[in-house]
Amino acid sequence: MSSHLHSVLREQVLEAAAHGRTLRPHGSGSKDFLAQTLSGTPLDMRGAQGVIAYEPSELFITAHAGTRLAEVEALLAAHNQMLAFEPPHFGPHATLGGALAAGLSGPRRISAGSLRDFVLGVTLMDGQGRVLRFGGQVMKNVAGFDVSRLIAGSFGTLGLILEVTLKVLPRPPAEQTRVLALDEAHALSALREWGAQPLPLSATLWHDGRLAVRLSGAEPALAAAVRIVGGEPLAADEAAALWQSVREQRHPFFSGDAPLWRVALPPMAPALALEGRPLVEWNGMQRWLRSDIDADALRHAVRALGGHATLFRGGRAVDRALGVFEPLAPEVMAVHRRLKQAFDPSGVFSPGRLYAEL
Amino acid sequence: MSALPQAHEAASSTPDIRIDRAALIAELSRVLPEDCLIADPGRLRAYECDGLMLVREMPLAVALPTTEAQVVAVLRTCHRLGVPVVPRGAGTGLSGGATPHKQGIVLSTARLNRIVSVDRLAQQAVVQPGVRNLAVSEAAAPYGLYYAPDPSSQIACSIGGNVAENSGGVHCLKYGLTVHNVLRVRMVNMAGEVMEIGSAAPDSAGYDLLAVTIGSEGLLGVVTEVTVKLVPKPRVARCVLAAFADIRKAGQAVADVIAAGIIPAGLEMMDQATTAAVEQFVHAGYPLDAAAILLCESDGTEEEVQDEIARVRVLLEAAGATEIRISSDEAERLRFWAGRKAAFPAAGRIAPDYYCMDGTIPRQRLADMLEAMETMAKKYDLGLLNVFHAGDGNLHPLILFDSNDPDSVRRAEAFGVDILELSVELGGTITGEHGVGLEKINQMCSQFGADELDMFHRVKAAFDPAGLMNPGKAVPTLHRCAEMGRMHVHHGELPHPDLPRF
Ligand SMILES: Cc1cc2nc3c(=O)[nH]c(=O)nc-3n(C[C@H](O)[C@H](O)[C@H](O)COP(=O)(O)OP(=O)(O)OC[C@H]3O[C@@H](n4cnc5c(N)ncnc54)[C@H](O)[C@@H]3O)c2cc1C
Repeated sequence: MSSHLHSVLREQVLEAAAHGRTLRPHGSGSKDFLAQTLSGTPLDMRGAQGVIAYEPSELFITAHAGTRLAEVEALLAAHNQMLAFEPPHFGPHATLGGALAAGLSGPRRISAGSLRDFVLGVTLMDGQGRVLRFGGQVMKNVAGFDVSRLIAGSFGTLGLILEVTLKVLPRPPAEQTRVLALDEAHALSALREWGAQPLPLSATLWHDGRLAVRLSGAEPALAAAVRIVGGEPLAADEAAALWQSVREQRHPFFSGDAPLWRVALPPMAPALALEGRPLVEWNGMQRWLRSDIDADALRHAVRALGGHATLFRGGRAVDRALGVFEPLAPEVMAVHRRLKQAFDPSGVFSPGRLYAEL
Repeated sequence: MSALPQAHEAASSTPDIRIDRAALIAELSRVLPEDCLIADPGRLRAYECDGLMLVREMPLAVALPTTEAQVVAVLRTCHRLGVPVVPRGAGTGLSGGATPHKQGIVLSTARLNRIVSVDRLAQQAVVQPGVRNLAVSEAAAPYGLYYAPDPSSQIACSIGGNVAENSGGVHCLKYGLTVHNVLRVRMVNMAGEVMEIGSAAPDSAGYDLLAVTIGSEGLLGVVTEVTVKLVPKPRVARCVLAAFADIRKAGQAVADVIAAGIIPAGLEMMDQATTAAVEQFVHAGYPLDAAAILLCESDGTEEEVQDEIARVRVLLEAAGATEIRISSDEAERLRFWAGRKAAFPAAGRIAPDYYCMDGTIPRQRLADMLEAMETMAKKYDLGLLNVFHAGDGNLHPLILFDSNDPDSVRRAEAFGVDILELSVELGGTITGEHGVGLEKINQMCSQFGADELDMFHRVKAAFDPAGLMNPGKAVPTLHRCAEMGRMHVHHGELPHPDLPRF
């Protein structure tokens, strides 16, 4: 199946390259909203679906890029394992390739790591139609540059993702969510104090005077942590719904039309003195903001704190035109341009999706 | 012919370079204080090799900058004059990544060795690249924190070297490799431009340049500052020692532990020859009649550790362990580990020289690999000690040889090549954590096809268009692979499937 599909894709890539046309690889389109510019003829990457290899005791799964994320997660759950970075799906048909290309991670990122931390290998078709295999299925591999992880978060601008291998982890034996009434500043300082101790915090969320803390691990460890964290327990089904609603942005906070900003900050950043209501995740390191604030002013304030901002959804055209993603320093952009040129010499793949220059 | 590439071959990727050494030294002394530049051949000797001592070369000069501004000035000078630059940390690398270039200089980070900050609540530290790995954990210890990746060389190796090699250690199964624990670097490229890569905030914008930089073996630029993640020290750590009469059973036990949903803080294996060698050295009281010993560490709260150890014990017993000991106190835990940590020096005591390999294979092929290596040891008539990061399938066979006997050297090198090629055939990789450097550059032709190698060259050129940063390392030229006549084995389809492999 693969080799036929590969030759069909190669033909389209070479055609486009030869005629100066562009292609936009996509899965289900669940992350189309997150783009500087959507351009290029849509190229459906769901031609190849399905799991290629899964070895629970080797802790990896390999699947075609078009495989539904939901299918992957259901298979892992049946073996009591998970994608520990809890990728947001943003739709029932979200694909593995799309998740890798978008590079997004969910609530557990704060303890387990981000999507790219779990990438072990990628098979890619570059802009010359060549099928390239990087990484593999083993945990430790330093032969050659780590191109697989470079593809994470590249939004389909470097090549067509054909196959993906991810590290998987066992599900924690037990979980419990505690809720505390705290204002933002107190929540942030409590989170930092807990973070510096060996406590099994696996996700945190502050919004509207309420701090929710998820603990994951062996029962005895949870009991010990509850004594330190305090708060009230949340019923298991309510807790699951809460974390799911944040991961998938179905929490009421995310409804409505106000522009949604994602602000990433270093651990010690204080509460933002910016107009708009925040929702705080990742021990304060990821803050969502609904705000009509001027994009320049927001970026300026965030940069001063050592962070960076993405205009995640919506926003005025003038603000989007200034850049949806954080602008890059000139010497870093120069490397980006040369990398884009290396993978996609004719500029076939999703031009402008990430930055106008790429 | 030697099976290992020789140092002068690194220069073959840049054949036209002819440097006027006197002019170069004059230019460098304009940008470096006198005591930061070594040109005297006697003093240059100290830099002629790294931990891969089988390969040596003399550099034109060694620069020892004390500031990032000096790094920038040295690189600009070399860029202008077309002089190759080889970055060097502590020189403990085992693959020849820091082997000098005969027409180039070595840039040592030894004097960029300041810990800039340690922040308990942020759980981050900012350090210069020449800081020793262990020094980071020591600086964090008063705050109850440590830096998780702990290579066995941690008392000596530098953070800059760790970044360049994506180094691991016994705790990486649970806590990750360097790539999972470094948040940001500052890097000066060959043109002398300073780049901020990654950030103290999560998931920085654009392509993940940090991921490419980590493990890039000094080919992309000189790292001048590193922000690392610190993690809270677990309250308790305890180690289980299990003996097995059969190495296959030990391998199965490793798979059983992981399949049961347990990710131990460390999961290491030693074979009988190693146990015997280290026992003479550390007197840990290891069971000497066991074919293999597993060390399995649990950490966390007291309750958590008790719970995990109980589950591990049941699994190991079911897998056929002949003896199980559980460390009762910290002294005993350290004694269990002492032998594993002393494997290298112990090898050095029982043989004049040893050569450490670093393949990674899928865990389930462990026993096949061991049996094949036993046959190879007979074929090459050399001793072999086997220590593994068993939890992640990373093997460190130590080949025992005598460097005063040229034939023994030749056999050791050929033995090493066989191990690497078998690692690839079994679906693994030629290097799990020590890097390709010069040592394994020929085997890159077996692991990757021409198109992937071409892409690696393109990635390097995106950072270093002039091709002067540690040239000739890590990625072979396509020409070299063609000359070697090596064939890339794809999907396990061997060139001559009918021939016996081992
Ligand atoms: C006894 C022993 C045990 C070991 N155990 C382990 C182990 O358990 N796990 C493991 O992973 N490794 C291990 N190693 C290998 C080695 O210690 C590591 O690879 C280490 O990270 C090298 O660090 P270094 O400072 O010595 O680097 P060097 O050897 O000086 O250099 C290594 C590479 O890094 C580059 N480099 C160094 N500094 C910089 C910089 N600032 N910027 C850019 N490039 C740079 C060099 O050019 C070279 O390519 C061991 C080595 C020995 C001798």
